[in-house]
Amino acid sequence: MHIHPYERLWIRLSVIMLIVFGIAIALSSLTFGIEIPGATRRAVATGLPVDATPEQSWIRELGPGRYEVNMIARMWGFDPNEIRIPKGSTVTFYLHSQDVLHGIKIRGTTVSMMVIPGQVGRATYTFDEPGEYIFLCHEYCGLGHHVMSGKIIVEG
Amino acid sequence: MAVTGGYQLQRGDKRLILAYIFIALAHLAVGILLGFMQGMQHAGIDLYKYTFLAHYYQGLSIHGVYNALVFTTFFIAGFLHFAMTYSLKRPMHSTKLSWFTFWLMTAGLIMVDWALLTNRASVLYTSYAPLQAHPAYYIGLVLVVVGTLLLLANCLLTYLGWRRDHPGQKTPLPAFGVLATLIMWGMASVGIAVQFIFLLIPWSLGLTDGVDPLVSRTLFWFTGHPLVYFWLLPVYISWYFMLPKQAGGKLFSEPLARLAFLLFIPLSLPVGFHHQFLDPGVSTGYKAVHAFITFGVFMPSMLTAFTVLASIESGGRARGGKGRLAWIKSLPWNDPSFTAQVLAMLLFALGGISGLVNASFTVNLVVHNTMFVPGHFHLTVGTATAMTFMAVAYWLVPYLAKRKLWGRRVALVQSALWFIGMAIMSRGMSWAGLMGVPRRTALGSAPYVLPEWLTAFNWMAVGGAVLTISGLLFFVVLIMTVLRGQRAEDIEVPLAEPLQEETIPWYLDRFRPWVIGAAVLVLMAYGPAIAQLVSISNPASPGFMPY
Repeated sequence: MHIHPYERLWIRLSVIMLIVFGIAIALSSLTFGIEIPGATRRAVATGLPVDATPEQSWIRELGPGRYEVNMIARMWGFDPNEIRIPKGSTVTFYLHSQDVLHGIKIRGTTVSMMVIPGQVGRATYTFDEPGEYIFLCHEYCGLGHHVMSGKIIVEG
Repeated sequence: MAVTGGYQLQRGDKRLILAYIFIALAHLAVGILLGFMQGMQHAGIDLYKYTFLAHYYQGLSIHGVYNALVFTTFFIAGFLHFAMTYSLKRPMHSTKLSWFTFWLMTAGLIMVDWALLTNRASVLYTSYAPLQAHPAYYIGLVLVVVGTLLLLANCLLTYLGWRRDHPGQKTPLPAFGVLATLIMWGMASVGIAVQFIFLLIPWSLGLTDGVDPLVSRTLFWFTGHPLVYFWLLPVYISWYFMLPKQAGGKLFSEPLARLAFLLFIPLSLPVGFHHQFLDPGVSTGYKAVHAFITFGVFMPSMLTAFTVLASIESGGRARGGKGRLAWIKSLPWNDPSFTAQVLAMLLFALGGISGLVNASFTVNLVVHNTMFVPGHFHLTVGTATAMTFMAVAYWLVPYLAKRKLWGRRVALVQSALWFIGMAIMSRGMSWAGLMGVPRRTALGSAPYVLPEWLTAFNWMAVGGAVLTISGLLFFVVLIMTVLRGQRAEDIEVPLAEPLQEETIPWYLDRFRPWVIGAAVLVLMAYGPAIAQLVSISNPASPGFMPY
């Protein structure tokens, strides 16, 4: 099978490029503290607070600057939809849906995930900068999808 | 290899192909107008209140389904039917089956049209449960998919008949591409078939109480990503096997062209989890596996970039072009079909790169479900596919209707406008996405819009308006061609010959090893993950119709 030398070169370069990208992605997933939702996180899965369930929302202070939030998404709002924390707080969010698919993206952070009925999403973020962080639903969930949002106020 | 000259399609085949194209383009017209309304909505102008549409999301559902499913699938059915019969120089194995396929797909489409237009299926193109549509919508879509599988069956039977009559010969290239496309699609359709037939249809009919949203969604993406290669491979049939001839050249490398098509069979399939990177409940390990296979499926497109550009260069040089780059000037830029496809390639390069961003396990976190994603796929399916199909229509409709193309200059302007409009709109979308603007959202009515987003929204609206003008010109050209075009019996079908006559290894002309390889890869990369999801599935979600 005849392959032109330039084309051979092109194929090699393409493969190298993809390998470099692959390595970069693998390294980034290990080093930047990025948390990709994973494993099976059923409502009854182990390793979660026993009351991290879709029935009731809550905010809990675990210690100085450490919080857990059990957040519920439903058409068309988040509960709680306003959270006040001091600067430098580390917050772990547990996300549940009571009805259809939703999503959450907290602007200016690495927190973004799907919220799927029957699953629990988990993400942790440290809010070092004071200010207002808007979070919004990023999966279509019906007529009121575009009003579904809330905010985290980080006090300086 | 046999160059097809002089073979004339049977009259029935021509009518069938024209019927597919007519349905495809009629839906595209509606889809484009709705896209215009979406762009305007983002810029703060609500046009929905002047129509029968209930709201933005009904329009968005129709826009997605018409453009990405109906236009593509019906055009592809017509184009593949053409490429198969023309390149094998024989009619389909069964004419009756061909027409049955057409009417089955059309019947399904009427059900889908009804459900969408009456606001009974405003669940968007992905139909994620627990959002629930009218059963007619799901059943209609299943009939359309069954139609594509019947097309696969008919093409396979036609191919086997051809092989019996031509022992020891290589499969003619366009037919080879058709078979690779349909075989890949046949394997891919298993996910959506299971999802619709066993989960969504019984659930929407009230026969079952609930579905598991994650299982349903996983089955959708099993089919949903290979679906994009079902849109892309017919484009590659044109770029590899037709465009070089339009450029005045030849296909640069036959073996690598075949290899690219065959690689898509295994590599298209086990990649669906890259749409589910942010799903809780799917294991991180399998997400990573799919991320790397997605990089793998970039390879055949890299092969395509080289071979297609080299083939075009061979055309420029055959037409007297010289120098490192000066041959570009000798290309037939006055041919709208040629020019449109080259412009489509330029934007497709950007679409490929933004696709790599989306598929990157961690970088995806930034762009997931933002406007960056429509910014990506308007460059791929909205440009590479849509523009190439328009370009194909510029010679295929004249050939079928026996009329010369009306308004060559208008067609050139149309192609340039699609390119410009898409470049502007996609720039606005990608930019908005990087600022965190969510996709699939009636942004014009959202309370959280920031002032710095507005410039990007205006880019989207302006780009959409330019695209709409381009779309209108496209329909003017085609309608005038059919009604007023000069009668001509000898419209040329561009079929490229390979640059070198060579024997190819057996595995580049047989599908079986690739199909087996694909099945093994799917079982490894998907099997355990799906088995685990199903084993703990909890079909507890009732349907919601909040639209």
